[in-house]
Amino acid sequence: MKAWKTLMLALAAAAVMTAAPVPAQAPGTQFIGILGYRVGPYGPNGAAFFTGFIDYLNLVNERDGGINGVKLSWEECETEYNNTKGLECYERVKTRVASGPTAIHPMSTGITYSLLDKAPADRIPLITLGYGRTDAVDGRVFPWVFPLLSNYWSCATGIVKFIAEKEGGESALKGKKIVLLYHDSPYGKEPQPILEAEAKKHGFELKLVPVPHPGNEQQSQWLQIRQYRPDWVILWGWGVMNATALKTAQKVGFPREKMVGNWWSGSEIDTEAAGSDASRGYYAASLNLAGKDFPVVKDIEKLVYGKGKGGDRKLIGTVLWNRGVAAAMITVEAVRTAQGKYGKKPLTGEQVRWGIENLDIDQRQLDKLGFGAMIPTLKVSCTDHEGSGLVRFQQWDGKQWVPASDWMSGDRSLVRKMVEESAAQYAKEKGIKPACMKG
Amino acid sequence: MFYREAGQFKASYAEDQALFPIRQDRIGFIALLVIAFAVVPGIASDYWLTAILIPFLIISLAALGLNILTGYAGQLSLGSAAFMAVGAFAAYNIELRLPWMPALASFALGGLAAALIGIAFGLPSLRIKGFYLAVATLAAQFFIPWLLTKVGWFSNYSPSGVITTQPVQIMGFVFDSPARKYLLVLAIAVVLALAAKNLVRSGIGRAWMAVRDMDVAAEVIGIPIVRTKLLAFAVSSFYCGVAGALYAFAYLGSVDPDGFNLDLSFRILFMIIIGGMGSILGSFLGAAFITLLPIFLDILLTEGALAFNLNLEAGVTSMAQLVVFGALIIFFLIVEPHGLARLWQIAKEKLRLWPFPY
Amino acid sequence: MGFFFEVLIGGLLAGVMYSLVALGFVLIYKASGVFNFAQGAMVFFAALTFVGLREHYALGFWWAFAIALATMIALGVLTERIVLRPLVNQPQITLFMATIGLAFFIEGVAQLMWGAKVYPLDIGLKDEPIAALLQELDMVISRFDLTAALVAGVLVTVLAVFFQVTRVGRALRAVADDHQAALSVGIPLKTIWAIVWSVAGFVALVAGLMWGARNGVQFALTFVALKALPVLILGGFDSVLGAIVGGLIIGAAEKLAEVYLGPVLGGGIEGWFAYVAALLFLLVRPEGLFGEKHIDRV
Repeated sequence: MKAWKTLMLALAAAAVMTAAPVPAQAPGTQFIGILGYRVGPYGPNGAAFFTGFIDYLNLVNERDGGINGVKLSWEECETEYNNTKGLECYERVKTRVASGPTAIHPMSTGITYSLLDKAPADRIPLITLGYGRTDAVDGRVFPWVFPLLSNYWSCATGIVKFIAEKEGGESALKGKKIVLLYHDSPYGKEPQPILEAEAKKHGFELKLVPVPHPGNEQQSQWLQIRQYRPDWVILWGWGVMNATALKTAQKVGFPREKMVGNWWSGSEIDTEAAGSDASRGYYAASLNLAGKDFPVVKDIEKLVYGKGKGGDRKLIGTVLWNRGVAAAMITVEAVRTAQGKYGKKPLTGEQVRWGIENLDIDQRQLDKLGFGAMIPTLKVSCTDHEGSGLVRFQQWDGKQWVPASDWMSGDRSLVRKMVEESAAQYAKEKGIKPACMKG
Repeated sequence: MFYREAGQFKASYAEDQALFPIRQDRIGFIALLVIAFAVVPGIASDYWLTAILIPFLIISLAALGLNILTGYAGQLSLGSAAFMAVGAFAAYNIELRLPWMPALASFALGGLAAALIGIAFGLPSLRIKGFYLAVATLAAQFFIPWLLTKVGWFSNYSPSGVITTQPVQIMGFVFDSPARKYLLVLAIAVVLALAAKNLVRSGIGRAWMAVRDMDVAAEVIGIPIVRTKLLAFAVSSFYCGVAGALYAFAYLGSVDPDGFNLDLSFRILFMIIIGGMGSILGSFLGAAFITLLPIFLDILLTEGALAFNLNLEAGVTSMAQLVVFGALIIFFLIVEPHGLARLWQIAKEKLRLWPFPY
Repeated sequence: MGFFFEVLIGGLLAGVMYSLVALGFVLIYKASGVFNFAQGAMVFFAALTFVGLREHYALGFWWAFAIALATMIALGVLTERIVLRPLVNQPQITLFMATIGLAFFIEGVAQLMWGAKVYPLDIGLKDEPIAALLQELDMVISRFDLTAALVAGVLVTVLAVFFQVTRVGRALRAVADDHQAALSVGIPLKTIWAIVWSVAGFVALVAGLMWGARNGVQFALTFVALKALPVLILGGFDSVLGAIVGGLIIGAAEKLAEVYLGPVLGGGIEGWFAYVAALLFLLVRPEGLFGEKHIDRV
């Protein structure tokens, strides 16, 4: 026993001493630092997204030999969806190579907030694809943050528009009752101001029903909803809360055809966990289409999985996996755009930032890359760090997600107005002079 | 040979009561301080400072606070993170509403606010004991973040409930770089740790330990049990509150109430159990263990898999890390149920005799 | 008024689900004085093993159930052998910490074995309102919840009979009363502990199946332990009956509070209400509803 104790003491000391960051990645590559998560309550969601992300990076290396000859390298650090771990991971991948981690996808609203001040100081762009701080759309105040494709407010107004279409026009919204069932956290609170503005504008009644974390028990919320008898329920959840919401809706007999989720509430993980029966008919907004019928997915299956470099095959074509692929493609294209200006070599975060801000992916480019209709076209500028603002609705048919609308935009002018107000207030608080960044 | 106290005589009460009665300890402590203050900021990278040392020191303070309550006064609490949240939000609001207030004063006031809340949630301890009390402190753990989220005033009506802290400024000097923040946190941690060390050997500390060992007996011999227990809650929450303020101001920069969740409370509890209940040093050792071990395991397993060319499915290392972490905790408890601080003591005993055991 | 009863009944039925988890805690606390934090992880592990066996090996319901049960028993025995036995006579807090370590270990192993995926679990029960009640009284009572209540009832009866009638049950009660006295009359303490942990594993499996059928089998199952804690305080750590009654009270109180108080206070109060309610109750009765009264002697 004594020997054990001594050994343990030595081990403890060794553990403390040697926890040092390890040396750099292969030189001459474009290094991408990935803050991922694959364990814990949100692990399944993270696993799908980051598998897709890495699969695409593998594809670029395998098929094209990198971006214009510059190979990609990457490292994934497990954050467990936890802010402090996320910060540690950020610091770790940040210093891994001299040029920095290209661009960070935090994939968590909480981690995004923690990095909001740090990343600009380190000159590393943050890409927050459909999450994070909404008013970061204003690139004059948030030059380093890119809520690309679409943000929560575009999503919320898009959902209102979708509901209006289903009800037969915007005038039909008057007097309707809509419930926002949301995760009681910063994430769940993001859409509230704009939905309240929409309610005032269109004359519908909005009722906010919070669900405390983690949301695995929603009896009382749904009984309240049942008593209120709303026309529609907007679901703003994440993780187990989504499945439980669908399940409890079934339990109290609320029709799922009258439920619309945002894009974090609409993946196979949610509907399958709830059981295909409980979920049939449920709508969800999406940043991207699900499915395998895209040339890029075929390429990944052939060139990445065919060579045994892929992840879990079952994830291919799911909503979040496709989103991960799209996120990686956008990152890669940003680097390609920046290479046009700075040359074909590994680029720094600052150079990639320019690339993201000048990103312009039109339909021809999408087709060329094999994405087709998976995501909308994207054109980013200094004042518009969103680049698209389009959403598309999908419906769960009991087996898979099928498109239920075309790409559509919500109330662009309202979103823009509120974004500018909110960003201006942030600039005032922080003493930032709104201006576009040069070069 | 090096650690031998033979020949060190205590000729006065002052010497006998010194914080570090043994010369080698004194030298060691001063050397540690010199290294921490002068050497580390020079050689440590930003990664070490921001991702490891600063959070380690802050969380040590919180562990110290919990150790005062649980290790010394015997009141189990699972609400440490909630008291940290109180400290963070109080300090934020003080800075926001009274911008002239120096940061140190805000932190102290944040700590005091936490102490007040701590007393309020300590009241049940007068009647409830053991695990019942632990679960009752969970009420604080769930109620306080909820309140901070619901009442917009606390976060200055930020729509998402996230607060972004003001720059840390003392007399016009801004603590902005990692090294400066590190030094600030280190200074506060050292001062508070020494204060705690003094406190636990005073009459108050002895009263705490009497209550811990058997509160009925303590009452019988005339220790005012109400005051003693509530004081333990107050002091403990003060430490947690200061730690929370530092967590927000010197570490994260922007926090939301959800950041101070049950997970954090549990981690702080692990630290004092692994480090050693009723030990100041143990709080720091435990904090080091719980903060560093996962990072170490992560790097070890990731690199190990690379080195041995194991083509592990992504995510396997993360899960393996959990397994090893859990197993190590159990292993440590079995090998030394009294924590790392006890191991250190044993090591010292051995060193006293080394190299001639008999 | 109809709505009030609907909430009340819904709450009572939800409370039964909490009781199912709380039972596991009670069993272990009663027999070994350990506050087993790993109960949530055990629920997760049990359900995941069951579902994993069904998905990957296409086993029938009862085969999967039997194998999952065997796994849980093995886990219980191993826990006794490896974790608890070396820690005999250590303070409660150390044992508590050991079970936290165990929780990490089990969570990691479970995900290593079956992957960090979400599995749907269909045990052939539809979670839909009973049509007759809906039409006649306009009340929503779920068939699933009623079945869960039935399962919990059967489980408690079986456990009660087991404790009262069987030889092992009597030994268990003796151990719960006084370890040393039990040892001195020749009751094999270690065997008893292994049995208790196995029974707790069985309860975890049942709870895991019920909760998993509700929300899908995923990591979030470990959180159901949090729902069981206020039930435990209210009912008393060492009372099987307390776990049931406590569950019913907490379930009903929590739902009624969320529905009637929630809108006034800003909603989402369910997270803490149960704890505050239990806390207030404890101020009146510090040992919980049915907990054993503890007399301090100097």
